[in-house]
Formats: sequence, structure tokens, C-alpha cells
Amino acid sequence: MSENKVINQTAEKTAAPAASAVTMAERDMAKVTAKQRVVKVLVQVALYTFLITMALIVLFPFYWMLISSVKSLEEYNLAIPTLFPLEFHFENYVEGFKTAQLGQLFLNTLYVGLVSTALSLVITVISAFAFARLEFKGKNALFAALLATMMIPGELFTITNYQTINNFLGLNTLGRKLGSDFLMSLGNWSNTYTVLIVPFLVSVFYIYLLKQNFMQIPNELYLAAKVDGTTDIKYLWKVMIPLAFPTIISITILKMMGAWNSYVWPRLVANDDAHKLITNGLRGADFTVDNMIHYPRQMAAVAIVSLPLFLVFLFLRKYIMKGVSRSGIKG
Amino acid sequence: MAGFLQKIKFDKWKGWLYLSPAIVLLLIFTVWPIFNTLRIAFLEDYNSLTAMRGVKFDFGFANFAKVLQYDGFIKCLSNTMLLCILTVPVSTILALVIAVCLNSIKFLSRFIQTIFFLPYVTNSIAIGMVFAAMFSVIGNFDSGLVDSYGIINNVIGWFGGKPIDWMGTGSGEWPNYVVMVIYIVWNALPFKILILLGGLQSVNKQYYDAAKVDGTSRFRVFTRITVPLLSPMLAYVVITGFIGGFKEYSSIVGVFGDGMGPIGDAGRLNTMVGFIYDALPQQQLGRASAAALILFGIIFIVTMINLYVSKKKTHY
Repeated sequence: MSENKVINQTAEKTAAPAASAVTMAERDMAKVTAKQRVVKVLVQVALYTFLITMALIVLFPFYWMLISSVKSLEEYNLAIPTLFPLEFHFENYVEGFKTAQLGQLFLNTLYVGLVSTALSLVITVISAFAFARLEFKGKNALFAALLATMMIPGELFTITNYQTINNFLGLNTLGRKLGSDFLMSLGNWSNTYTVLIVPFLVSVFYIYLLKQNFMQIPNELYLAAKVDGTTDIKYLWKVMIPLAFPTIISITILKMMGAWNSYVWPRLVANDDAHKLITNGLRGADFTVDNMIHYPRQMAAVAIVSLPLFLVFLFLRKYIMKGVSRSGIKG
Repeated sequence: MAGFLQKIKFDKWKGWLYLSPAIVLLLIFTVWPIFNTLRIAFLEDYNSLTAMRGVKFDFGFANFAKVLQYDGFIKCLSNTMLLCILTVPVSTILALVIAVCLNSIKFLSRFIQTIFFLPYVTNSIAIGMVFAAMFSVIGNFDSGLVDSYGIINNVIGWFGGKPIDWMGTGSGEWPNYVVMVIYIVWNALPFKILILLGGLQSVNKQYYDAAKVDGTSRFRVFTRITVPLLSPMLAYVVITGFIGGFKEYSSIVGVFGDGMGPIGDAGRLNTMVGFIYDALPQQQLGRASAAALILFGIIFIVTMINLYVSKKKTHY
């Protein structure tokens, strides 16, 4: 900034014919700033060259996915790959969609995503409200205990949960003893939507995030509402949720992305076609035609699965980046 | 009045009532697993199916001994460590350089920033399949009956290199690792850039102005001002990078599929987390729990080392 000013001033002075008495010092100054300007331009060119090169490398896999998805199999298998499709075969998308049975997978995933997000939001909001607004014995100890669980790696939970969902609260064993099919089915959750939704409903991190947000809302509003006889639920709905809406959107997006990207748990507990989620279906789909992987169809299917994420990112970038920078978690 | 307000705010049971759904679910799916997994790890050959029938198991360290001797465990451990050691420094340094460059441009800065963030919002399994397609050789590499060596080998060819069988049947171990390192770094960059750029933008500009007045060289500004001021963020990025690296799993599934290795050598690239998940469908929860505790122990030690080093070097 200041450099530019100096340059402009010297330029004005040298250009002005009235000020013909240009001193030595000023001439030297102009020389130095001109040199600095050249260096600055060179550095900027180098910066842009580096950044654009890196950006192109980062983007290349997406580009490759898109161009491959519309190539014919013959063109894809050419010894020297084309960097732009010779002709467009959009039927790959239809075939890829059919091969991976993306329709059914999409509905399964949408159902799990919507139900788990909705239930999770309700639990998160009322829990965050209790921690932020209410006073009760043991509150701080409980909150500290919740935060402590965040440090334990998820794999430790998964092992026991895998056992739990096969024999929930011992109902499976009890049902077997009593000969009750109903109890047995209550205890065995494998291949149900329940198993994909319930174990992940509570996220301590989301409760923490929303609690922090709720705490910024002045307490007087709550007390005033109470004096007026407003119920907690109405107050939450009319005041807290609207004021904390950006955080709630962040949570919603991350939770939906979680369902869309989840792979490990569904593979362990819900492998049948009726409950399979989209990532598992995509990875497991067989795109082989005549003993060769039909890459264009596979890339078309990958593009279909990636598209919703890009759309969400395009329109809700602000919320995602905010949630991510505070959490460091993916989904 | 004050008493009335106090009464509204303090309700012995309302807080617990509101928290009850969260507490019940956490007790079942978070608190109980912590204790149970610890317990199972010390019950020899604990098997959830036989446990359901009431079989009792011996208490002791047998599971840990068996895990260490188990076929493939050392391989899983060394794969995990190797990928960690290769990817964390590369991605951190690259992210640092990109973040510093992004911070020193104005025009198009937000647009380029968005591009670098793009890999974050992808499905790591799906894009892993794209990387697999880019590295795959179409045809039989060994016999030379090849239709196409794939785009990556073609790019290498433009620079005069020879094609490599990156991940096909009979491919070497190092090419496999290279593919995984490239994919993991590509995947890890966005988060690191986001955090480091956020740190750079909050650095006080006065330090740079002072350096400018003194005529300090750019490199010196970078090593003496930028890196020290950024050190808390760097420490954070390195620690989370190591924790994530030790739990590497789905990126390998994305590129190599469920087999965790090239066709004909399944499990070659298996990791610690993969080892744990492989034991679950066999109901070998004792083995899985012991391995999970070992993993937890390693992560804990590495994090402590990281914290110790960063405490010495970090400038707050």
C-alpha cells in the first residue's frame, strides 16, 4: 500500500513539468521503487503460477471423472487417452445408474439421512437448552463427562455396539428363552433402519456447539418469557432456534453428509439390498462387462453420487466451512 | 422478584428430564461400550455368539499376545505407521506453502481457496474409485498386452518416464503405497489449508510491517515470523493429522476395494482399523477389542509426544 503511494507520488512529481527541479534523491528513489515494483510483480506471477498449477492438480480427478463418464468404452481404452471426449455418451449415466441400482440406494440413504437428522436435531436442541439455560445439580459434572467421551476413538464404541445391536438389552436372549419371536426381533437390529439411525443420534460435539451458541443469547429474554408465562418449547421455537439458526444449518448439513458418506458401520450391520446405503452400494457394484471394468459407466455412477455433495457445497459453503473449521471432523 | 426468577431457573428435575433422551442413548451406545470393550479385551477369545449362550472366558492378557502373533497384524501395524509417516509431513508442508501463497494474493483469492476446499466435500470412497481409474492399467501389464497404460502413466511418459504397474494384479508394494499417499494427501489438504489460512489471517500485520522496515528477506520472514506465529495451528494440524492417519481405512477401501490390496494379494494394504473391523463379522470381539486398545495406546503415545514437542517449540 504505502509502497504504491510512494511510487505514485514520485511519478506525479517527475511527470509534472512545473517541478523541473527534480532532486538527486528523488531520482534515486524512483529507481529503487521501480526495482521493487518489478520484484513484486515477479513474485505475484510466481505465486499465481504455483497456486493455479496446484489448483489444476487438485481439480484434475474431478475433471477426469466427468470426461470419462461420457466417453465410449473404446475411447476410454485408447492407448493415448483423450483429454476431451470425442463424442458424448450420456447413456453411460443411465447404465451406471442401473448397474449400481442407485435409485433404491438413494431412497434408503435419503430416508436414513432425513430421519436421523431430524431426531438428532430434536435431541441436540433440548440438550443444549438444558445445559445453556437451566440450573440443576450435577450440570457441570455431567457436561464435563460428556466432553470426556469425545476423546475416545470411535472404534472402541463400534466393537461393543456391534454386539449390542445383535442382542439389544438382552432381549434376543430373553426372547429365545421364552420362545417369543417378537422379543427376539426387538433384540436383533441387524438389517434394519434402526441400526443405521439410533446408535448415532446423540453427538456430544453438536450439543457442545449449540450450547455455546445458546449461551450468547441474553438470559433476560428467557426470564422475560417465563414471567409472561411462555412455555419452554414455545420459547425455544420462537427465540432460541431462530437466533441459533446458522449453527443448526451447519449441524444439519454435516449430519446429512455423514449419512451420504458413511461406509464402515452400514457394511457391518446392514448389508441387504433393502437397507444398503449409497456408498456401500457404489463400492460393491460390479461394472464388469466382458471381463473388463466398464470405467465410463463406473465414473458416471461416481459422478451421480458426488453431485449432491457439490450442490450442497455450492449453495451452503459458508455453513460447511464454519462447521468444519470448528470441528475438524468429516460428517 | 429475585426469588421468583431463581425459582424459574432452578428446577431440580427439569434439566435431567430434558437431557434424558441424550443420557439414555449415551449410556447404551457410548458409556457402556467404553467399559465393555475394556472388559472384553481381557477375556480370552471372547466371542459374542458363545457369550450369548452363557460360556465363560478366562481373564488375562491372552488376547493381546494373540493379536501380536496373529497373521497379518504386524503388516497392518506397519502399513498404518508407514502411511502416517509419509502423508502427515507431506500434506502439512504442502498445505502450509499453499496457505501462505493464498494469503499473499488478493485477486481471485476466494475463488482459488474454494477450489482447494473442494476435495473436502467429497465421498472418499467414490473419489477413491476415480483415483483407481486414473492409475489403473487396462490390459495385462506383465505380458505387455495392454490397451492403455492409463492417464497417469501417459503423463509420466510425456516427461520421458516408463509406465509403472501402480495397482494391478502382480503390482509391487511401493507403487501401491505411492497411490495411497497421493490420494490421502489430496484428501487431507483442504482441512489443513482451511485451518492454516484461518491462522494466517488472524496474525497481527505489525510484525510484517516491522520486518519490511528492516528489509528482512521473504524467506527469513517466513521462517522467523510466519511459522512461529502459526505454530499453534501447525501443532493442531499435525496432531489431528496423526490421529486421522492412524485410523486410515476408508480411503484404502475407496482405491483398492474391500480386499484392501491389489487383486491376488488381498489385505496387503490393510490397516489397524481394518484389522479391527475384519474381526467383527467373525464375532471375534476379544481380538478386536485388544487390537483397538493397542491402537488407542499408540494414538495416545504419539499425541503425547506431539504435545510435548509442540509445547517446547510452540510460540503462543
